[in-house]
Amino acid sequence: MTKNSIADIFAQTEDTRLATPGMNRATIICLVIIVLGLGCGVASFIFGHENVYNYTRDVPWGMLISTYAFWAITSTGLCIYAAISHLFGGTRMAIVSNRMVWMSIICILGAFATIGVEIASPHRMIIYNILSPNPTSNIWWMGTLYGMAVGCMIVEFFGIVTGLARIAVILGTIGAVAEVLANSCLGGVFATLPARPYWYGGQLPIYFLTAAFLSGAAATVLFNHLAYKIRGTEMSEAVKDGVKSAGKAMALVLVLYTVATFWRLIMYFVGGAELGRIAADALISGPLSINFWVLEVAIGLVLPLLLIMLSRLRNIGMMALAGFLILIGQFVARYDLVAAGLLVPGTLGWDNVPTYFDYVPSFAEFAVVLGSVAVVAFGFLMGERLFGKTFDQKEHH
Amino acid sequence: MNVEELEKEKNEGVNSIPSTERRNFLKMGLAVTGVFLGGTVLSLTSVKTARGGNADSVIPAEGQYPYTKHYGMVMRQNNCIDCEKCLDACRETNHVPLEHDAWRTNIQERLTTVDGVEKREFRPILCNHCNRPPCVRVCPTKATYKDPETGIVVMDYKKCIGCKTCMAACPYNARYFSHDKYAIDKCNFCLDTRLAAGEKDTACAAACPADVRIFGDIKDTSTRIYKLLHEPDKKIWVIRPECGALPNVFYMNA
Repeated sequence: MTKNSIADIFAQTEDTRLATPGMNRATIICLVIIVLGLGCGVASFIFGHENVYNYTRDVPWGMLISTYAFWAITSTGLCIYAAISHLFGGTRMAIVSNRMVWMSIICILGAFATIGVEIASPHRMIIYNILSPNPTSNIWWMGTLYGMAVGCMIVEFFGIVTGLARIAVILGTIGAVAEVLANSCLGGVFATLPARPYWYGGQLPIYFLTAAFLSGAAATVLFNHLAYKIRGTEMSEAVKDGVKSAGKAMALVLVLYTVATFWRLIMYFVGGAELGRIAADALISGPLSINFWVLEVAIGLVLPLLLIMLSRLRNIGMMALAGFLILIGQFVARYDLVAAGLLVPGTLGWDNVPTYFDYVPSFAEFAVVLGSVAVVAFGFLMGERLFGKTFDQKEHH
Repeated sequence: MNVEELEKEKNEGVNSIPSTERRNFLKMGLAVTGVFLGGTVLSLTSVKTARGGNADSVIPAEGQYPYTKHYGMVMRQNNCIDCEKCLDACRETNHVPLEHDAWRTNIQERLTTVDGVEKREFRPILCNHCNRPPCVRVCPTKATYKDPETGIVVMDYKKCIGCKTCMAACPYNARYFSHDKYAIDKCNFCLDTRLAAGEKDTACAAACPADVRIFGDIKDTSTRIYKLLHEPDKKIWVIRPECGALPNVFYMNA
């Protein structure tokens, strides 16, 4: 492809209204946070994984795994809604679906950035995932499917900006199927470990998919609201309708997710494995209880539900706030899920082990999380700047 | 089509599916379910992978050893005095670094009360070399696998990506991240350090002065481990049987 044609494409897609000093400043700030934040993660390859992250033999995973799961799940949600809109046309969300495809790509890149510095030897992963694949491993399937999904979505997005609608629809569909399967395998990573009763069981992959529908809808409302906020313009009626549809989906799945969370926790207290009950207790009244009751339930579920009701599905600003709070709640929910499964010692009763292991994320772990947030923010700003016109569709193509 | 018959039917409109259609659909669903259910019941009567007569037994049934040799260990738990000679021997033989988190074998302890008297109880632990190892299943790159010759769960360090899923999956906390190898490390029954050189015992078993650790080939009826496992009237147990990993480290009292 010649330089000229790339310039032609950008000339058609870029939104020059956003070429402002303020936007440039915000973009540079994001870049600086990415470099500093992910730099702390990259430092783990130099100074040793064990010296930078607070992982131990007893608690081998932590906030980076949960952050990875959070971004991956959000990406799946965005991708599913976009694919549904593209495939079945007609849905009101179709008008904002291009932005959702872009943000789905960006969110999965945020996830990859996190997991890339979490894994001790990612270079070996690139080699042996191909040379020595293990078909029974959920991790292998998850990595492969997410990799495939992002590849499909990038080509899909290329199809969108160049007007190759057929390619966009076909690859969008394959990408969405890959994302759903990958999400399911991500749930399976935890759900298939009998050693961790808090994770073990068939409900978890469905729970992750529900979380994807919730996070995806919340992200759709939030990112669209922000996209018009940074431009200082009003949404067109059609875009408003699209965002309201996403708001409806958000409200519906919020209820479903709350029901699933309720039953998921109740199950541990009616019987079953002791370690599962102790882990659930960590959320109800133990070391994760503030996370759970305040951040997951109050801020992540109840308050958004109230805001959505108050907004009457009309006030987009209020719904965007609800979406933001849902995403906060979902982030903490992923952390609590990972932590609760690992904090409970499998050797309880021996060696005077405490009921709960002590795990507090290290500075580098917080920095990487911040870096991943900056990756998504940077991607959002760049997307609006470079492809703004593509996102702002007048009608569904 | 019998128009006269149909005319007698109640008009259900065009907005909903007629109830006969619903019934047909339901019948089909029941038929499919029935076939599946029937199939399951039938297959229950001819299970090929049954594991011996005693379903509660933790000991592998005869003829169920897929490996040339099938190594395991019996711990005669109440003999353990926590002298830690096994730990030292393991560290030395297998070059396990002297760090808090790094061990291939360990001894756990707890206080129990027997007949009103407080008693200290010790329990040696190590990798259980399970027949259905969760760690092997979850590894994305086959960096950990069951050695087809011996049934020992071994590591191929160069393939380990350090995702630590095997650590999360192991019910026995048998794995640790080795800073030296920059990969996960674990007990391999001294496969490379002793068995390969023709030794018959692991370093820990050889070092034990209290005859706690009995190592050997479960398949070989002449071995001591075989005899111990098949002693009638002896209670034999494994750690965390509910995980279904089918471990090959067995516990009994001497």
